[in-house]
Amino acid sequence: MASPILSVSNLTTSFRVEGLWRPVVKGISFEIAPKETVAVVGESGSGKSVTALSIMRLTPPGSSKIEGSIKLSGKELLTLPEPEMRHIRGNEVAMIFQEPMTSLNPVLTIGFQIAEALILHRGLSRSEAEAETIRLLEKVRIPAAKSRFHEYPHRFSGGMRQRVMIAMALACKPKLLIADEPTTALDVTIQAQILELIKVLQEEEDMSVLFITHDMGVVAEIADRTVVMYNGQAVETGPTEDIFARPTHPYTRSLLSAVPKLGSMGGHTRPMRFPVVDRATGLSDVPTETSDTVAPASERPVLEVSGLTTRFEIRAGLLGGVKGRVHAVENVSFSLQSGETLALVGESGCGKSTTGRSVMRLIEPLSGSVLLDGEDVLKLDQRTLRDRRKRMQMIFQDPFASLNPRMNVGAAIAEPLIINGLATRSQAREKVAELLRRVGLLPDMASRFPHEFSGGQRQRICIARALAVEPRLIVADESVSALDVSVKAQVINLMLELQERMKLAYLFISHDMAVVERVSHRVAVMYLGEIVEIGPREAVFGNPQHPYTKRLLAAVPVPDPARRLEKRPVSNDEIKSPLRAPDYVPPVRQFREVSPGHAVMIWGQEWETQPAIAKVA
Amino acid sequence: MAGSTLASPSAEPAVAASARGVSVSPARETWRRFRRHRLAMISALVLGMLILGVVVGPFLWPVAINEIDFSAQLQGPSWAHPFGTDDLGQDILARMIYGGRISLAVGLAAMVVATFVGVIVGALAGMSRRALDPFLMWVTDLFLSLPQLPLLLLVIYLFREQLKAVFGLEGGVFVLIVVVIGGLRWMPVARLVRAQFFSLREKEFVEAAKASGATSWRQMVHHILPNAIGPVIVAATIEVSSAIIAESTLSFLGLGFPPDIPTWGRLLFDAKDQLDVAPHWAMFPGAAIFLTVLSINFIGDGLRDALDPRRVI
Repeated sequence: MASPILSVSNLTTSFRVEGLWRPVVKGISFEIAPKETVAVVGESGSGKSVTALSIMRLTPPGSSKIEGSIKLSGKELLTLPEPEMRHIRGNEVAMIFQEPMTSLNPVLTIGFQIAEALILHRGLSRSEAEAETIRLLEKVRIPAAKSRFHEYPHRFSGGMRQRVMIAMALACKPKLLIADEPTTALDVTIQAQILELIKVLQEEEDMSVLFITHDMGVVAEIADRTVVMYNGQAVETGPTEDIFARPTHPYTRSLLSAVPKLGSMGGHTRPMRFPVVDRATGLSDVPTETSDTVAPASERPVLEVSGLTTRFEIRAGLLGGVKGRVHAVENVSFSLQSGETLALVGESGCGKSTTGRSVMRLIEPLSGSVLLDGEDVLKLDQRTLRDRRKRMQMIFQDPFASLNPRMNVGAAIAEPLIINGLATRSQAREKVAELLRRVGLLPDMASRFPHEFSGGQRQRICIARALAVEPRLIVADESVSALDVSVKAQVINLMLELQERMKLAYLFISHDMAVVERVSHRVAVMYLGEIVEIGPREAVFGNPQHPYTKRLLAAVPVPDPARRLEKRPVSNDEIKSPLRAPDYVPPVRQFREVSPGHAVMIWGQEWETQPAIAKVA
Repeated sequence: MAGSTLASPSAEPAVAASARGVSVSPARETWRRFRRHRLAMISALVLGMLILGVVVGPFLWPVAINEIDFSAQLQGPSWAHPFGTDDLGQDILARMIYGGRISLAVGLAAMVVATFVGVIVGALAGMSRRALDPFLMWVTDLFLSLPQLPLLLLVIYLFREQLKAVFGLEGGVFVLIVVVIGGLRWMPVARLVRAQFFSLREKEFVEAAKASGATSWRQMVHHILPNAIGPVIVAATIEVSSAIIAESTLSFLGLGFPPDIPTWGRLLFDAKDQLDVAPHWAMFPGAAIFLTVLSINFIGDGLRDALDPRRVI
């Protein structure tokens, strides 16, 4: 290997917590060769972000200390005086962050912000800097770069802002780019674009990249070599191919087994549990297919939705006239049998969450009908609706926001029982203990408060709360999206187990195609408020028909390093907005049946002209 | 680190703390946490002593408040007059004990009125998704823009006599002052509560309660209000001090209690002309107001921390 750009040896970063030095990164070592991409992968709290901050020496001074050695092209960074370090940051090492929405100043134009960096760091004149800025914006493939120079950040979508951030990072031709979860907040098709862009730019600019992520799929897409971190230690380091093919450390094995792989469900019709790997021994059990829980078609479905439409009006002006409508859900119909999981998939803004909330009537839909056991939920008055809500429950995305911080866990789980008058206080207490046991927690945890639990535990508590009233239908709105992979696998296993035991019907709303493939019986793909394709999971994933379904599937990062070297053209597509003019009349859609139960919307001209970003996966 | 869930740093010690006490009632838990806030405990003790002093004081120090003694004008503290005397030779300690009852009662009652009205208005505005919110906010803005002194004059001229007839001289003025001070100071609380409600009502835990069949009332009382209470407590403690001061302003203008009734604020104003010869006259009532306000502020701090289960105490 040529002499490395960055060599980190025995790096230990500690933070002072209540007077004690607590090491967060414990003696990790790795090197990055010129033009190489190294991924640091690990779950939350594993110290991967702190590693990146330590290299930039951006940890808070005073309450943290960095030991070991970090050499950038042979120069020791840890002993460098602060002014010189400031020169290194931005000039030699650039960093991009996770949240593109907050890392740009909203009151300055994009062009000004990039040009400013050029003038400061490279001493260009203003006109030179402007020319260079346009060149950079073109480099990160922002369409019509010249005309967008004078625009403010709010005019850019998340993916475009991340491109701007990358352009800014490239401004001073850094030798090393540190990317800290740069695609985590982005939709999957946009994530694919950004990853592709980073790969192309790396080649063009001869940079090394340190890529920090929690997503094994992304690692496989981008990294030459991988460092797996667990609990502050690098448990495994090696070429990405080796780590995926022959993981040696038990933790790596458990991590890889928890990663859902798109396309791994061929030959199975029912959902499958995730294998459980013992973190100490690395031994894995054999994942099993769930038993057949779906009620026969002769039975009346638990949920029948037809023609559901929800629109939000955008009002503006003095008199509050309607200036536009967001067609969040447009003429959506589906049904759900008892014991069945129907997944709603799509990207942000496609209306999948609004569909779930409209079904629950947390949002009032405009028209359509939602039959729950044959009764139209949308026609109920408030009192009956409150009563019927015990038959349908919801599990939310953010386990931190969905529990009242001032209510202990027992009271939170008992609340639905008390509200619906299903139990007295002492009965509720017993029921809470039983529910906690059922979701794998201890009954005496009932007196604790939500902040004392980890994310996965909290999501279990939310599930227990939803189960308290013994519902028939559970709307799971991105319920596992915020969880770490291994925790995600556990929570999904729990949900599958509960479905088997209680014949629950799940409306599983998710943007994660790989998870959906694992858990669902049927899948509905949503795009701009409409279902474009619906059918049995095997049919939709095995034989996707609609161009959007194909595009979604192609964009999912696959944890298979062999695919990494495939070149894909970088596309600039943005996610379209369902915001329409007030006089917009949605077209009447026709569906075509591909195979029994598998229907696809007949698409128009607009899909034919669009370049697919990839071959069909 | 997104897509990831970081347990809050306070998680570990809190688990240890709650592991000790097995299922304690929320009230007792709050008391246990409040007791550990040292400054708040000391303040509660100080405030308790002040209240006890003004309540039982007259029995321990049975000196008339209006016993004029021209031979003992403007005397410094002595055994006969521990807090000294004023320009008419009246005993300041006796006058402070008497006035403290009024000042503390006015301060606390006005705080209760202002906070109560503010929370109700703010909560209604914050829960409403239709016309009620803009209407209530117009009312709030209207009250904020009212010139307060002319309004006070008007109210007092209009209602003093009727109230006097119902509640007696002091009672009438007391009710009037509490209503006027409380009625003109609820707006900041209302705005605070409304803003809190706006952000809290969109939280998923409120939606979760709604999804499990909770009425709007239950969402408000069980989920939103307890989470909005922190800033309200702080605002309320500030209300107490400003009410005590507002009362003295009113008395000074001749709009409050009659001049012969010695509230703490009144004592201060009377003392200001003799500040160079008899500083003790101003010092004792000043110190009493200072101690009251300070201790109520600290008690508010302690309450806020004790009511927040996320804070490790």
